[in-house]
Amino acid sequence: MSSLWRALLTVGGLLLIWQLIVTLGELPPYLLPDPWAVMIRLWRDSGLLLSHAGVTALEIGLGMLLGTLLGSLSALTLSYSQRARRWLLPVLIASQAIPVFAIAPLLVLWLGYGLASKIAMATLIIYFPVTANFYDGLRHTPRGWLDLARVMLPEPRRWAVLRHIAIPAALPALASGLRVAAAIAPIGAVLGEWVGSSAGLGYLMLHANSRMQIDLMFAALLVLAALAVGLYFTVDAGLKRLLPWHPTNPETSETDSLS
Amino acid sequence: MILPTLSTSLKGAMSLPLAISLRAARLVYSGLALFDGLDLELAGGSFTCLLGPSGIGKSSLLRLLAGLTSPGISGQLLGGDGQSLTGRVAYMAQQDLLLPWLNVLDNVTLGNRLRGERVDQQRALDLLMRVGLTDAASARPDALSGGMRQRAALARTLMEDRPVVLMDEPFSGLDALTRLRLQALAAELLAGRTVLLVTHGPLEALRLGEHILIMNGRPATLSVLPDLPGIPPRDPGDPAVQDAYRAILRLLGAV
Repeated sequence: MSSLWRALLTVGGLLLIWQLIVTLGELPPYLLPDPWAVMIRLWRDSGLLLSHAGVTALEIGLGMLLGTLLGSLSALTLSYSQRARRWLLPVLIASQAIPVFAIAPLLVLWLGYGLASKIAMATLIIYFPVTANFYDGLRHTPRGWLDLARVMLPEPRRWAVLRHIAIPAALPALASGLRVAAAIAPIGAVLGEWVGSSAGLGYLMLHANSRMQIDLMFAALLVLAALAVGLYFTVDAGLKRLLPWHPTNPETSETDSLS
Repeated sequence: MILPTLSTSLKGAMSLPLAISLRAARLVYSGLALFDGLDLELAGGSFTCLLGPSGIGKSSLLRLLAGLTSPGISGQLLGGDGQSLTGRVAYMAQQDLLLPWLNVLDNVTLGNRLRGERVDQQRALDLLMRVGLTDAASARPDALSGGMRQRAALARTLMEDRPVVLMDEPFSGLDALTRLRLQALAAELLAGRTVLLVTHGPLEALRLGEHILIMNGRPATLSVLPDLPGIPPRDPGDPAVQDAYRAILRLLGAV
């Protein structure tokens, strides 16, 4: 409850600073509209904003799904096969050296102005953190557990060890990859929309900007921020529920110290 | 009418006492030989404690017996029947090594699942009852105390039903009272198996060991302590135990 109050207080404080800048700086509405004007815009154009937000949310959601799937599979392949490690790891690291911003126009050229190019952008931007975190977790299975499994198994069974020990042990690492992914996936989708699109919050912002509808642009920005924050907290809460044994919150780590 | 009891007792007889022989064990750590040409014989069905100061290479020796190779360590390891020990050893470490995402029952049956066998729930529940964890069967390890966790690890070790049990300071992380109780429990439940327990606590060795080996020196050698009277678990206050305790301290150069 106190965290909710703190959040409300922070938002209120930011709105106050915003209003003060507008009032004291005597800024014209086409440079910086006051919060109240943006709120009115939010209310009046809520239908328009929601329909564009739906498009962006779909792009982010599908990008998250695809990026998580591809990233997890890549991490598993990397940890399972030494050959894959030798060939894929340099490619993976090199791929990270090319900024996604640079290939956004290419993706739009290849995949068109529709959803596909934006989903590809979101997928690409989260692929690396998901893969890198999960792979890191898979590499660092505590040695004691692996020793135990080796004594239990008459002959080595790598898949069984991976399935029963290494993968569950790496899930907290995958979870931190997914938290990063949730924070940056919206960037990928909006970036794709800026480069070329006919729908989505990024499109709406560009469109409003070129018509000097700065209040609409700010309204779209607020909706986007709400979307991104909502996504992050949903993913975070979901992961905490799925991995209750992992001490991320202080209450559980306290009982953990008993051992 | 007697048949069911017979079959359950036969189940225990599956693991006939198995002697172990280790020859020419050698451990080189960063150019320094911790031990070299070490021989170790364990009689089938005996409870042996291996006592020695920290860093002498006890744990490495135990890992070698468990078939856990690491760089720099080598030796010829055979069972008393001349066959390899692979698949006939259970291992219990100082950490309980319980998997935090599994409940106690699933932790106990981990070996079944790793080997792709049918999970013998009933046997696991029986073992949990014997270590006094019936009520904790569906609890996650993070909800248990240190002593309960180590008891769960003991149940998991017994679940493997191997003729040889190797233990690496399994009780050293526990408070004194819990440790005494767990020692008694382990002595009772491991009877009939070939057990090697590594410890740096002389009293633990004297309480539990039918035979006591002392590992000392550099490169380390093994010496056999005269067998004590009485059946383990022995009373720590027993005069014979106290005399042997003093003798060990003198041997290790502590007094």
